[in-house]
Amino acid sequence: MAAQAGRREKMESVAKSEPTAGPDAPASRDRNLIYRQSRWTRTTHWIWAISLFFMLLSGLQIFNARPQLYIGKQSGFGYSNTVFAIGAENTDAGPRGYTEIFGHRFDTTGVLGWSGPSGNETARGFPSWATIPSYYDLGTARVVHFFFAWILVTTLIVWLVASLINGHIRRDLAPRLDDLKRLPQDIVDHAKLKFHHTREYNTLQKMAYGGVLFVLLPLMVITGLAMSPSMNSVLPFLNDLLGGRQTARTIHFTVMVLLVAFFIIHILMILAAGPINELRSIITGWYRTDPPAPDDETAQRSA
Amino acid sequence: MAKFQISRRKFLTAASLGASGIILSGCDAFDSQLSIGDGLRSFLENANDLTHRAQRLLAGRDSLAQEFTEADIRQPMRPNGVTAPDDDAYKALLANNFADWRLEVSGLVEKPLSLSREQLQNMPSRTQITRHDCVEGWSCIAKWTGTPLSLVLDQAVVKPQARYVMFHCLDTIDRSLSGDVKYYGTIDLIDARHPQTILAYGLNGKPLPVENGAPLRVRVERQLGYKMPKYLYKIELVDGFADVGGGRGGYWEDNGYDWYGGI
Repeated sequence: MAAQAGRREKMESVAKSEPTAGPDAPASRDRNLIYRQSRWTRTTHWIWAISLFFMLLSGLQIFNARPQLYIGKQSGFGYSNTVFAIGAENTDAGPRGYTEIFGHRFDTTGVLGWSGPSGNETARGFPSWATIPSYYDLGTARVVHFFFAWILVTTLIVWLVASLINGHIRRDLAPRLDDLKRLPQDIVDHAKLKFHHTREYNTLQKMAYGGVLFVLLPLMVITGLAMSPSMNSVLPFLNDLLGGRQTARTIHFTVMVLLVAFFIIHILMILAAGPINELRSIITGWYRTDPPAPDDETAQRSA
Repeated sequence: MAKFQISRRKFLTAASLGASGIILSGCDAFDSQLSIGDGLRSFLENANDLTHRAQRLLAGRDSLAQEFTEADIRQPMRPNGVTAPDDDAYKALLANNFADWRLEVSGLVEKPLSLSREQLQNMPSRTQITRHDCVEGWSCIAKWTGTPLSLVLDQAVVKPQARYVMFHCLDTIDRSLSGDVKYYGTIDLIDARHPQTILAYGLNGKPLPVENGAPLRVRVERQLGYKMPKYLYKIELVDGFADVGGGRGGYWEDNGYDWYGGI
């Protein structure tokens, strides 16, 4: 079985190195169809997608147990170091939900602070459609969260090793001087929803994927470990470095928001760039690139 | 080239369809499989064992929880859970300022003990400024003074077959059909003998207040707050906890929390 996997891997790297050649590859029938994503990238991508879904929803449930964020080593009860809070309050117009960010209060009734079926609303941070379980259950959310934390971290390590070996990081993600030059044009193109379909990632893609894989997810793991009293006895410097356990928790939450923002943009870009083609490449590995156009700058980019 | 262009309208339609799908899906889909004892829940709980083992492996027996300075004590210790036990037995002890209170040490020990507050306080003590981390997510730094649990265990001489220390408490945390449920919890002997595990009778330089667990509570500094029972009256050395309560080793564990509260 291992030998078979190894053989397949070899075939894949052949396909990679000669994307438009090879007698058996579909590329021989269609010169624009290239093998873009290795099995490692595809598999880990989908495991991450599932893990992050469950970690987000169980994480929001865990947050609901204490829907406030603080800066420092501890939570201010006798003093204030709260930077973010979701809550409910009674007003003349009945109970309202609010969200407070750095002291600025917003009415978020129906979504944050006060939500539920009409007539049956309750005080809760994130609404029940955004949490696992849907009802309040911190213990269960922790079981789900830590289960998928193991899956996520294991997958990250597997991906990192595989991508260092198969060249994915060096070839596709490592920033080059060229990327900087292309950045302004890339931003303009994305704003106009004008997409180039090439084998390489464009600059914004590299920044987004690299940022998630090398900054956000590691930061998520580090701040998660920093919140553990047991790990704190092993790595006491971690919390000092991050600014205290409660700051670590605030960073953990902030990175969650950034990951959700990434997810939304990721989905919008896929829809805009052609969902069938994009989905095929992350499921089967095969991707249809733009046909070469002699008078187009795209030709240079894909070269 | 034009083949891959997509009109703005098409894009927005597809985008809003995608977004509404996510919202409509809701998250009660997994509820029915996640109760204690359900197959999926039990499967996911395997990760708790892995987490426990990994933390034990990395932290070892004696790695110390971070200790802080007087300057870090910025507020009174936040009380949580039961803060004023309504139990008659407790109220009677409190009325007499715990003069009649005793800490029983029993179970798998050679010499069962019954210790008064004075006897405990006359033993060598340890004072530590530590951060209390609640499972809910908040933290609070305070100074705790108490008798190292290991000294009490040595005095009682633990039998070799003992594996856990079970803490029995005076406070009723829950009322069920089968009667009142008193708070209880367990830790293993590694944590019980950890240098920072103390039976605390002092908080921030004063006697332990009722809301924080008077006359005696446990401090297990490498775990979360729910592993540190308050209102102690009995320490029992056991070789298992399957036949106590829900069989999961503590009040909150019976209600779904992980037994090892290290994260």
